[in-house]
Amino acid sequence: MTGSLQQAPGPFFGDFGGRFVPEALMAALDELTDAYDKARIDPPFTQELDRLAREYTGRPSIVTEVPRFARHAGGATVYLKREDLNHTGSHKINNVLGQALLTKRIGKSRVIAETGAGQHGVATATAAALMDLECVIYMGEEDTERQALNVARMRLLGAEVVPVTTGTRTLRDAINEAFRDWVANVETTNYVFGTAAGPHPFPAMVRDFQRIISVEARAQMLALGGLPDAVLACVGGGSNAIGSFDAFLDDDGVRLIGCEAAGDGVETDRHAATLTGGRAGVLHGSRSYILQDAEGQTLPSHSISAGLDYPGVGPQHSWLAEIGRAEYWPVTDAEAMEAFRLLSRTEGILPAIETAHALAGALRLGQELGPDATILVTLSGRGDKDVEQAARWFDMLPGQDA
Amino acid sequence: MSALSDRFDAIEAEGRAALVCYLPVGFPDVETSIRAMQAMVEAGADIVEIGPPYSDPVLDGPVIQLAVAQALERGVRMADTFAAVRAVREAGAEPVVMSYFNPMLQHGLDAFARDVQQAGGSGVITPDLTPDAGADWVDAARAVDLDTIFLVAPSTTRERMHLTAEASRGFVYATPLMGVTGERAQVGDAAERVVAEVREAGAERVCVGVGVSTREHAAQIARFADGVIVGTALVRALGEAPDPESGIAAVRERVTQLAAGVREGR
Repeated sequence: MTGSLQQAPGPFFGDFGGRFVPEALMAALDELTDAYDKARIDPPFTQELDRLAREYTGRPSIVTEVPRFARHAGGATVYLKREDLNHTGSHKINNVLGQALLTKRIGKSRVIAETGAGQHGVATATAAALMDLECVIYMGEEDTERQALNVARMRLLGAEVVPVTTGTRTLRDAINEAFRDWVANVETTNYVFGTAAGPHPFPAMVRDFQRIISVEARAQMLALGGLPDAVLACVGGGSNAIGSFDAFLDDDGVRLIGCEAAGDGVETDRHAATLTGGRAGVLHGSRSYILQDAEGQTLPSHSISAGLDYPGVGPQHSWLAEIGRAEYWPVTDAEAMEAFRLLSRTEGILPAIETAHALAGALRLGQELGPDATILVTLSGRGDKDVEQAARWFDMLPGQDA
Repeated sequence: MSALSDRFDAIEAEGRAALVCYLPVGFPDVETSIRAMQAMVEAGADIVEIGPPYSDPVLDGPVIQLAVAQALERGVRMADTFAAVRAVREAGAEPVVMSYFNPMLQHGLDAFARDVQQAGGSGVITPDLTPDAGADWVDAARAVDLDTIFLVAPSTTRERMHLTAEASRGFVYATPLMGVTGERAQVGDAAERVVAEVREAGAERVCVGVGVSTREHAAQIARFADGVIVGTALVRALGEAPDPESGIAAVRERVTQLAAGVREGR
């Protein structure tokens, strides 16, 4: 491999990626690709996106050192990149503002989106309110139950939330339903895809919109004394992870570690660790690793975290795993919840359960590397939406006295 | 020329359009689905579209989604699709497989083409694979002389019409409406426009599907298309019946009506 790995343009990342969709969507995807290729180098677009990042999202997000937490990570130095402090509470807003601006630019008046944990749905509903777009969010019925607070947030923001009752009633089925809507309404509607997966241009475009995480973090780490030994992020579809990795891809000394949801354990059939337990195939428009049976039927995934409960992963992660530039570690529900508890109690920061998987990875890595190591973890979202679920896990709800 | 081309020539000589009928394999069970396909042939289907179920059917509406989910729950396998192809061939119609891409990919594209062809299949329709993404598949199908059938939609650009017409063998599958499979009250003028555009781009045979359910629709489309494709209405007929026998009877009745429709159009 020669040259820079940063900002790989797609449609293919090695053998992964591409565009495997019904013909009905090809014209819209071509239009979107073309519009994005022009917008990304057009000063009025990039300046407006920068302004929104600054004045609406609240960027740059800060980096916080967490020494009390780090004592449990082999005494390593641990920093958190605080995407949880963004408006709407996660990294999702970075991507959504870009895609919503692009929607206006191509003259469409309606946006649709899928959501798992609800973070992408909330961010999309927010951007739609800001930019006066009609907004419909597809969300698996099981997820509407475990993330009821986010359903209410989306509705308060003026979006219509459609619970998806087919299949496994989770993120994957929400994506299927959003694709069906798009096929029927492509003339008026843009699909604001939530993660760095799906057909081209989404993997590259979403990565570019999330890249600001690593661009800021890299400069912040240099200002703090040097590049970290490793960058960790949780991986469901993988948008916060790819955004956290991109600016570090050419820094050979920086290990990049994506933490996948191992649910009850990768040795069981209840997990969502696609790169650990899956193999290559085509799902939701691109070639990547997927959890599937011998005949190519997608397997149900499981994770305590709705945002990671997805049997696919973005194609650039499959490629980075294949070429050995990034590592992907499975983290169980129990490990993630222990890290959730630890960060809450040692630092007064409630992470999203998704993010807690990356924190668990940091604990493991710190114990492996010891006190000389510097570890950067992307704190992709805040845990407010997870309070009820976490309280139930720890038997803290009234009437649940242990 | 391919088996499908020969069949279209014969149908055209009769002064009518072809009737193309879809059912998923394994709904409500494998045996009933195969018997229903044979009944469709007896009632006048010229081409049977055989659908191996897939877990994530993004181009299908609720009726077919539920049917294939039930088939998968009951453990339908790709081998059952090849059995259905053999049964349809023996019944005397042209068997065409309509499959989402990942099950084909996991079977192995060369092996999939060979197995469809050896079971007696004439071609494969790929709803989520376009010619530009499907070069490997086209090579595999050509190697065993299997027809490759791609789709066009109202949103298809002129350039893509050419691409699709060029890569398709047997026929081009035109969807007159934007949207997933399902019945519609009106089929509309868009169908005629899409058919004309893809013909202009070089397609020899064009069949129209998505939204077709009645004898009147069939007659209307038969005026300007080489074939009329019906799916959801048949799946519904099979699914709403209280037992397999009456389901098969309902499918037979529906296909008889549609077969009359394709003979009334011209």
